[in-house]
This record gives sequence, C-alpha cells and structure tokens, in this order.
Amino acid sequence: MKNDFSSVNPAAISDIQQHSSYEAGYGIRRAWRVFPFLVAGVVLVPVCVVFASFLSPDDEIWQHLISTTLPSLLTNTLWLSLGVIVGTSLLGVSLAWFTSVYRFPGYRFFSWALFLPLAIPAYVIAFVALGTFDYTGPVQTSLRHWFNSDLLWFPDIRSGPGVAIVMTLAFYPYVYLLSRDAFLTQGKRLLEVAQSLGFTRQQGFFRVVLPMARPWIVAGIMLALMETLADFGTVSIFNYDTFTTAIYKTWFGMFSLSTASQLASLLILIVLVIIMTEQRFRLRMRFSESRKSARVERIPLTGWQAMAVTGFAGTVLFFAFALPIIQLGIWAMDALTIGLDQRYLEFAWHSILLSVLAALITCLVAAMLAYAARLHSDGYTRFAIRLTTVGYALPGAVLAVGIFIPMAWLDNLLSDWIENISGVETGLLIQGTLTVMLVAYMTRFLAVSYFPLESALQRVTRSIDEAAAGFGVTGWSMLRMIYFPMLKSSLFTAATLVFVDVMKEMPITLMTRPFDWDTLAVRIFSLTSEGQWDQAALPALTLILTGLIPIILLIRHSET
Amino acid sequence: MSTLLELDRISHAYGAQVIVNELSFELEKGEIGCLLGPSGCGKTTVLRCIAGFEPIVSGEIRLNEISVSRAGFVLPPEQRRVGMVFQEYALFPHLTVTANVGFGLHRSTKAERAHRVAELLQITGLMEVANRYPHELSGGQQQRVALVRALAPYPDLILLDEPFSNLDVSLREYLGQEIRELLKKLNITAILVTHDQAEAFAVADKIGVMHAGKMMQWGSAHELYHHPANRFIADFIGQGTLIPGKVTHSDKVETELGTLAGNIYHPGHSSREIAGSQVDVLIRPDDVIHDNDSSLRAVVVHKAFRGAQFLYTLRLASGQSVLSLISSHHDHAIGEKIGIRPQTDHIVVFDRVNSQ
Repeated sequence: MKNDFSSVNPAAISDIQQHSSYEAGYGIRRAWRVFPFLVAGVVLVPVCVVFASFLSPDDEIWQHLISTTLPSLLTNTLWLSLGVIVGTSLLGVSLAWFTSVYRFPGYRFFSWALFLPLAIPAYVIAFVALGTFDYTGPVQTSLRHWFNSDLLWFPDIRSGPGVAIVMTLAFYPYVYLLSRDAFLTQGKRLLEVAQSLGFTRQQGFFRVVLPMARPWIVAGIMLALMETLADFGTVSIFNYDTFTTAIYKTWFGMFSLSTASQLASLLILIVLVIIMTEQRFRLRMRFSESRKSARVERIPLTGWQAMAVTGFAGTVLFFAFALPIIQLGIWAMDALTIGLDQRYLEFAWHSILLSVLAALITCLVAAMLAYAARLHSDGYTRFAIRLTTVGYALPGAVLAVGIFIPMAWLDNLLSDWIENISGVETGLLIQGTLTVMLVAYMTRFLAVSYFPLESALQRVTRSIDEAAAGFGVTGWSMLRMIYFPMLKSSLFTAATLVFVDVMKEMPITLMTRPFDWDTLAVRIFSLTSEGQWDQAALPALTLILTGLIPIILLIRHSET
Repeated sequence: MSTLLELDRISHAYGAQVIVNELSFELEKGEIGCLLGPSGCGKTTVLRCIAGFEPIVSGEIRLNEISVSRAGFVLPPEQRRVGMVFQEYALFPHLTVTANVGFGLHRSTKAERAHRVAELLQITGLMEVANRYPHELSGGQQQRVALVRALAPYPDLILLDEPFSNLDVSLREYLGQEIRELLKKLNITAILVTHDQAEAFAVADKIGVMHAGKMMQWGSAHELYHHPANRFIADFIGQGTLIPGKVTHSDKVETELGTLAGNIYHPGHSSREIAGSQVDVLIRPDDVIHDNDSSLRAVVVHKAFRGAQFLYTLRLASGQSVLSLISSHHDHAIGEKIGIRPQTDHIVVFDRVNSQ
C-alpha cells in the first residue's frame, strides 16, 4: 500500500482537489452573499407595509381616531412611559449599585436573585397584582374584615399608576442588568479616584459614578421602554388603553384592519425614536469601555444601613417574584382540586410545538446569517444583517398587522391563480396554518438568536479555519467537525431564548393564530379578561418555569 | 528634611488571611519610594492602606506626624491629601482631559482651577490634547493625565500603582525617567509599586523589597545590591550565586575560586566577629573575570548574549556554578573549559546553610 501512494505525486493530487473545490466554492460563496439580503427583505416587508399606511393616511379614519381614542391613547402612553422610566431607573440603578459595590446581609443572593423577575411575563405579574390587591382580592378582603370598614382609602390598583408599578416590577431588571455591568467594571474604582481627589463617597457617586454609567443606564431604560410600548397583555388586563390594545380592538372588535395599521404606523414611529436614542448611547458605551479593573473588595455596610439595604432588595424581590409565585401556587392548587382543565394539555402542546418550530427555524436562519457575515464582511452585507435584527424592536401587535396584510394578499393571489389554472377552489392556503405565526416569530426573534451565535462564531478564528483546511478539512466536513462542536452550546442557548420568548409571546399569537387554536399565553389572555385568576394560574406557572431556564443561563454567565 | 510618612509595623488581613505582616518604613518629604516585589506579595495592599482604602488590623500609619490609620480607625481617603494613580488609570471616560485634571480642584475658584490645570498641562506637554476624551489618547498620554489629575489638588503624597504595566516595554524606561524628573521638579513625595527592578532603580530614591507580606529590606538601590540584608534580597536584586567559603581573616575568604580579598559584609555581624566561620559567599557576575593564564578552570554550561558581553554560566570542579560577564569578543562554546579568576573588593557573606 505504501508503495502505491509514493508512486503518485501527492502535490499534484492536492492541486487538483484545491482547484475543483475552489471552483465549486465560488458559486456557493455568491449564494451566501445574497442570503442576508433575502432575510432582510422578509423582515422589512411588515415594516414597509405599516409605513406605507402611514404615508397614505386615510383622512376619515384619522378624523375618527382624533375625535375618539387617539388623545387618550397618547396621554396614556406618555404617562405610562414616564412612570416606567422613573420606576425602573430608581429600582434598577439603586439595586445595581448596592449589589455591585457594598457588602450587606444576603448581597450574594440578591446579586443574582434580582434577575429572576425577568422570568415572569409582565402580564402574569399584572393579573396576580389585580387578583391580590383588587377589591375582591385577599388583601382588601382581609383588611376590610380587620378594620370592619369599607377601606375607601385603599388606592385603586386598576389605574395608571397601578400599571406603571406592575411594569416597573417586571422591567426593572433591564436597567439593573446594564447598570450593574457598568458598576461592576468601574464603579468602585472610580469612587476611589473621587475619594483620593477629596470627595466623599456620596459626592463621588453622584458626580462620578452616575455620570459615567449614564450610557448603560439609558440603554437599560430604553429596553424597558421598548418592552412597555410593545406590551399588550398587561395593559389589556388592566383595561388601560394603549396603542397595542387599540390595534387589537380595531382589528378584532371593529374589523378595521386599516385603522389598526394606521395606529401601528404611529406606534412604530415612537419606537423608532427610542431605538435611535438607545443606539446613540450604545455608541458611547463602547467609548467608555475601559479595562475591567482588578477585583476590588466590597465596602461593608453595618447597622441600620445594612438592614435598610437588605430590606429594600428583599421587598422588591418579594413583590416582583415571590408574591406572584406564591399567589399563583395557591390559585393553581385551588383550580386543581376542582380538576385539571382537560384542554390544558392541548394548550401546552400547542405552545411547545409552536415554540420548538419557531426556535428551529429562527436558529437555522440566524446561524446562516452569522456564517454569511463571516464569509462576506463588506459594508452592504453588514447593513443587511443589521436590518434583519430590527424585528426585535417591533411591537408584536405592529408585526402581526404588518405580516397579516401581505400574507392575506399573497393568499388570495395564490388561490385565485390555482383556481384559474386548475379550476379547483382551494380556499385560503396560508391563513389557517401556522405559517403566518412562524414568519412573524422569526422576524421578531431573529436578533435574540443571532447575537449569541455571532459572538460564538467569532471565537472560531480564521486561523482555526486555516488550520483545519491545512489538514484537508473543508466545506461540509469543516462544518461538522469544527463549527458545529464549537457552536453547539451557543446554538442551544439561542434556541432556548427563542423557545421561551415564543412561549410567553401574546399579541402575535393572539392576532395571527388559526381560528380557535389556543396556546397557554392566549389562554391566559382569555381567562384573565374574565377575571378567572385561579384558572389562569397553572398556565402562568408553566410559562414562569420555562422562563426560568434562560434566566438561569444568564445568571450562570454573569457569575463566571 | 522631615519625615512625611511613617508606617509603624502595620498589618492587614482579610479574615484569617494575613496580607501585610508587621511592615514598617519611613519616607522623607520630597523622596520617591518604591515597593518592589513579585505579584501577590501585598505591595498594592500597602499602597491602598496608605491611601485609606483598606483598614489595618495593627500598627499605625502617620502622615505629617498625624495618625491616619490604626486598628479600628481609618481617616477617610478624601481627608488625607494623598493622590493616587491607579494601575489602569481609571480616567473618567465621560470627561475631557481638562475636566479630568480639574476634577479634584472642586474647592478652588473657577479661575484658580483653570490656571492650575493649564499650568500642569503645560509642564507635562498635554496642552494640545486638553479637549480630547480619554479614549482618544495614547497609553502614555493617559498615564500622564492620570498623574496630573492626582497632582492637581496639591497632595502631600502621590501613590502610583504599577504605573508602567499598561505601557509598551520600550516606553517604560523613558517614561520612568520622565516621571522622576517631573516629581523632582515639583518636589513631590511619591511611592510607586512595581514588580520590575529596572523601573524601581530608574525612578526611586528608596526601595523596599517585599515578600509574602513582609518588608525584606528598605534602602537605596546601592544598599540593596551591595549590602543585602538576607539571602532573599541577594537572590532577588541583581544576579549572582552563593558558593561555600571560610572566613580566614577579617578581610579574606577562602573559596573554591581561591582566596577572595576585600571588605567583608555580613548582615548582623562585623567582619571580625565572623572570622574563622563557615559562610556562603555571594558571587556577582562581575566578580568573576576571564583569564586565559589562570590555572582555575571552569566549564561553560550556558551562555546568554547581552550585546557588549556574554553572561556565562560556569561550572566549577566541585559542580558549583558561578556567573561571569565576559566581553563578547570571547565567544566560547558550551562545554569548553575556560580560565577564570576572582576579582573582588567587596565580599557579601551569609551564615552557612547546611543544606547547600
């Protein structure tokens, strides 16, 4: 055998192989070049559809809107946004500061536990808050019993401030997460610089640490604000009308898809302003990034100060996480003693099926985008890829409208065409399937799966590619032997993130699902709109349990 | 000259873990001190204790003869008039150079502040980058801004934590001299911390060598090199090997290299006291010179090119090795036997350790 090999010139073989694989690779490379633009096109369709309706305003509809709902929608949205900005920044920044610089009883626990509320969808906190603190809820009932009076002083939870408080509890972790990052990397060190320049700790915090962390804090607040504007479940449970609920009501209550899309276009405009603000501060964050300073010791708190901080963190965690879980547990027990809703398993199966499909499709597309970005690093490709990730900023209600309109058009076109050539009446082919939902999810959650994959792919350096090629491993075998093993855990992370997001997603599912095809989130919506808190508890707990998975991943990631 | 800073047997500990152990030294006004030692020896912790960021569990730190740290008491950093330059500079990323430097002058009037900032930027050649942000500066400029920012409020003492570790090796020596000249010109008292001897020698008047939280010796570079207080210092500062010997007279030591003559230095004993005793003799590379005529022969086991010279590692007949700096014209092969002879006028000896 040895002799056979030595009789052939090995250099010649490798020459031929390289040449042919290069030829074949050229066409494939071109295909990769086109791919990001295709995906960007799909993502941009709903945006363009919605914008088109903004550019061609229907005077009649606007007249009607202005004279009826629009003023209150705008003021509601404004007050809610202000409330969330103030609330999340107060909670997020102060908690981040305490847990990153001070030592107080339980600081280690609170450092990660304060992330946990991210696992609870805002609409779950919302209906727990309503069920607990409403007139008929356990708190007011027992207080009435104790004081033997009608409790006129008890604030009405079903109000603007009530929604703002619920959303603050649900969204403060975004601000907490980002400002903690800033404080951990440079907080204590900058405080020391200020002290060595003659400032007290308090002066140092306000004059150095806060201004330095401003980009992080603002970015966090913008994320919270985007969630607020995109929220549908919370506001509809509270009957607090904002754009998302108005879109839903005009579409499904008044059957006016065009009014819905006009409203959506206005909402998208507001979101755009927020994204631009966020991007500006992100840019500054990059400039402010300094080397992570050496581990510095925490400042110990003692006496009443330590107690106050522990008490504060404990209170936030109680209302944002412990109370909802306990209350849901009690309700779920109540509901289970009556008997498990037979359809619960069907809803859970729908949720899981949908989430798995969406996760697979989204991750596949995201992985292909990341690979395309690696092959082609030119400005156009990068721009196209950035466009593909804007879907995350689109409120679900807007996206639902923006995808439904072109899909319905395509559907009609398709069935007409088939009827014309074959004479068979097919009816609608796309609506009534999961396609519309899956495309919408892919559009919305591409960013969620793209960024972890992209950063993982960056770890596979070009020299690894070249080293593998040096051993003759190229093309599919490189994918199988190098890329997949190295990206496995990130693929898993990305798929998990999408899975959980789809599980708890409400407006897209509600507006684009096939008729009577309910998921857990949709079920929660319909049960809570009838005040059946205890029936909604089990689906809600299921969502929280799955929601905990990515939070645990996040905590593990941030602790190492 | 008066004493500005005194550390009086200070100790620092995290729980049971002792980081700094009974450490003492003093610094005169206008002097530049240096804490030198391998990483993890506790030198940065000492600096942070002086700044007031860390408490001490015993001993006392006095600044201008006023007690600022002792067990159970720490004067807050902002009341100490001690400036600090952090290892990673910790410049305020959201402020320009001018605003960074002026930051500590919050008690001065606007005009005073502007004047002081301009003066310092002028001295350090930072005037043309005055309106830039930290991320727009080179590493050397960032370091100067950090130094100037610490100097601005007229502190009594400046602390520099590994000031050169983030800079190119090629820049370090130059910047070290620059900093020394600046500090001397402004008559600033300073302490720097480093693990690099060359840096310590280039910048400091007094050097303290630390090891495992203890001060091994405090003195000038010359003292550390020529009068090492113990074997650790002899080994850590400069190069050399220890070979066994016997003191025969107050100025003569018998060794395998022959009889060494010169002033005998033994830490703790006078040369007369140790006459007749078995010792280990510190042989520096310049104590051994190449001599073809010498009957003393040694085998070349290793050589390192140093430009003008080779640093040869030579094995004596007994298996003991010594170092020798020999002009690089003499390019000897490994394994070759060459003639050498000792040339000493100053001999450092330690009590013989049996294991050697």
